[in-house]
Amino acid sequence: MEQIIIRNGHVVDPSSQLNEQADILIRDGLIESIGRDLQIDDAHEIDATGKWIIPGLCDMHVHLREPGREDKETIESGTRAAAAGGYTALACMPNTSPVNDCQSVTQFIIDRAGRTPIGVYPIAAITKNLEGNELTEMGELIECGAVAFSDDGRCVANGEVLRRALEYARRFDRTIIEHCEDLHLAAGGSMHEGTVSARLGLQGIPGLAEEIMVSRDIQICEYVRGRLHIAHVSTEKSVELIRAAKQRGIRVTAEVTPHHLFLTDEAVASFDTNTKMNPPLRSERDRTACLAGLLDGTIDCIATDHAPHTITEKEVEYSLAPNGVVGLETALSLILTHLVHTRKMDLQRLVETMSHAPRKILGIAPVVIATGRVADMTIIDPEKFWVVDPSRLISKSKNTAFRGWTMRGAAEMTIAGGRIAYSG
Amino acid sequence: MPLRNKDILGIAELNVDEIDLILDTADSFSEISQRVIKKVPTLRGKTVVNFFHEPSTRTRISFEIAEKRLSADSINFATSGSSFSKGETLLDTVRNLEAMNADIIVMRHGIPGASHFIASRAHASVINAGDGAHEHPTQALLDMLTIRQHTGSLENLTVAIVGDIDHSRVARSNIFGLVKKKARVILVAPPTLLPHRVDDLGVEVSYDFESVIPKADVIMMLRIQRERQGKVLIPSLREYSRYYCLTPERLKLAPAKVLVMHPGPLNRGVEIDPAVADGPHSIILEQVSNGIAVRMALLFLLGGRSSREQSN
Repeated sequence: MEQIIIRNGHVVDPSSQLNEQADILIRDGLIESIGRDLQIDDAHEIDATGKWIIPGLCDMHVHLREPGREDKETIESGTRAAAAGGYTALACMPNTSPVNDCQSVTQFIIDRAGRTPIGVYPIAAITKNLEGNELTEMGELIECGAVAFSDDGRCVANGEVLRRALEYARRFDRTIIEHCEDLHLAAGGSMHEGTVSARLGLQGIPGLAEEIMVSRDIQICEYVRGRLHIAHVSTEKSVELIRAAKQRGIRVTAEVTPHHLFLTDEAVASFDTNTKMNPPLRSERDRTACLAGLLDGTIDCIATDHAPHTITEKEVEYSLAPNGVVGLETALSLILTHLVHTRKMDLQRLVETMSHAPRKILGIAPVVIATGRVADMTIIDPEKFWVVDPSRLISKSKNTAFRGWTMRGAAEMTIAGGRIAYSG
Repeated sequence: MPLRNKDILGIAELNVDEIDLILDTADSFSEISQRVIKKVPTLRGKTVVNFFHEPSTRTRISFEIAEKRLSADSINFATSGSSFSKGETLLDTVRNLEAMNADIIVMRHGIPGASHFIASRAHASVINAGDGAHEHPTQALLDMLTIRQHTGSLENLTVAIVGDIDHSRVARSNIFGLVKKKARVILVAPPTLLPHRVDDLGVEVSYDFESVIPKADVIMMLRIQRERQGKVLIPSLREYSRYYCLTPERLKLAPAKVLVMHPGPLNRGVEIDPAVADGPHSIILEQVSNGIAVRMALLFLLGGRSSREQSN
């Protein structure tokens, strides 16, 4: 019998109405009791004085790269990075090699992930080989463990195909996750089209390329009464479209990445390829609109779009570099530093946007800090100051956009599925 | 006052004092090119690599002449037939050039920021000889020098830049330089050949060439690239010429002392009529001559403070 007692942490979980200092006793992975001054012998004592304890975080947008690009990341390294970032669960995108578009690939991921305490939830492709033509066998994929569907990295360009995907997924009450991008409007671009691209001479990707597809997808979703999730929202107009859709009662949800909350296209002027991602870093106006959308509930959750790439691939001329940055190990600290400590966001909203909402969108069980539940929580040291040093990241890839940033706050311990997954 | 940085990457990074220093230095170097023996020993023992990742004739030759007139050892390195075709990365190629003790790397590349990428990783000084549609600082400096030689100053001059602004490094560098020197810049092009947020660059914009010509002290024509034709940007070169070719008739609308410029190579009959290119207002060949003086000035200003020597 293994017992862990976490002493004197400040426990915050809106779903169990907890917002108080308490001890948490965990026995064999289950929360045995929560209360003041719990008396217990022979338990492993963890002093959480001055720490915050919240339900384990969930990142619904991660590229684990396995199978196929194990040089960039593996299920093992990616889940370790997730645990270090305070995450106890993640959903991995299907653009692997081979694509996760059939039950054997989904099964492979589930099997590999079985060794880690971190919950790994595969998102399967909407269309076979991400080609945008034929639907995948959604039912069988769900039975294998897939939780949602996306052709992430590509937009489903054919409106008829997206319509049928949204309709067919209703049979299973699953979400279709769209990467909204009109490929013609975006073709050839490597950064946001705006003032900075006018200066730098890099071909731009207009915000319009995203907004047109957000608009189209919302209309299709409304027409077929589907469940649509918009990945990595990056523009003011997209936020407005989603806000209006929610007011009309359409079942649309949305996520935003930390890099779209804290960086703008001005960062591209360095020509550092770790500022290159898709959608691109947008204008300050877009950034503040995304932040406002997150704070007012228009945007449901924060997702990292963790996209590992090797140094070799990234250390090239700007427009030749692949899109994407890693995010699992910096997301929580960024939110703490720039939103929680600055009192723009309270801990309840942090839990909502980084733990509850992503699980709800994916249709997986929520984690709750309550007696009888599996222990699944993130212990935060809110006053830990640290500086982002790419070489110290656990992820196999070091392509962070936040090199050198000073952070205030970090995950100190991550308990996932009843086991200690990370201890800082 | 020396230059602040070890590299010349763009006009955006230069302040007004540095621009003036370069132009004044170039003026003094012009004299050398008029001598019978056109050579000084200023850069003797220095190695300059002309690293051209994109075809170029006039810029490369201009640099080469400038290097030779300063007695530098210059090496030309074009990427066709090099390790690039064997898959070597840009960074490795430049590291190899450095290991061979290049003091200055003159670099032309098709992608914006390529010279910044190299400059931040190399000890050698890097001179950007054109990076995609971003900057072509030596071209803008020679353009400003040429204008200044005719007008004495750039301040309050009205300069029309006409053509494919969005894809032009010459336009961007000239815009940055002329705005810093307080000239009035009017960009003239169809809307499809202008950057989306062009107004933020501190310039005026017109789609109507003929309405701008009477106001212009300088008309700078840009080469229209033939491959733009047939894409969605312009319907045809024929229609482009109809509205934006500098013809003798249009030039009659201009002030009497108007200067006509073109960075070359010319598309005669497309953006500029031969009678204008070869006519009395054209200072196109002076631009070419001044190119050598400006490049000598930069090599001198950078070569005199080689970071390699400092770090030893």
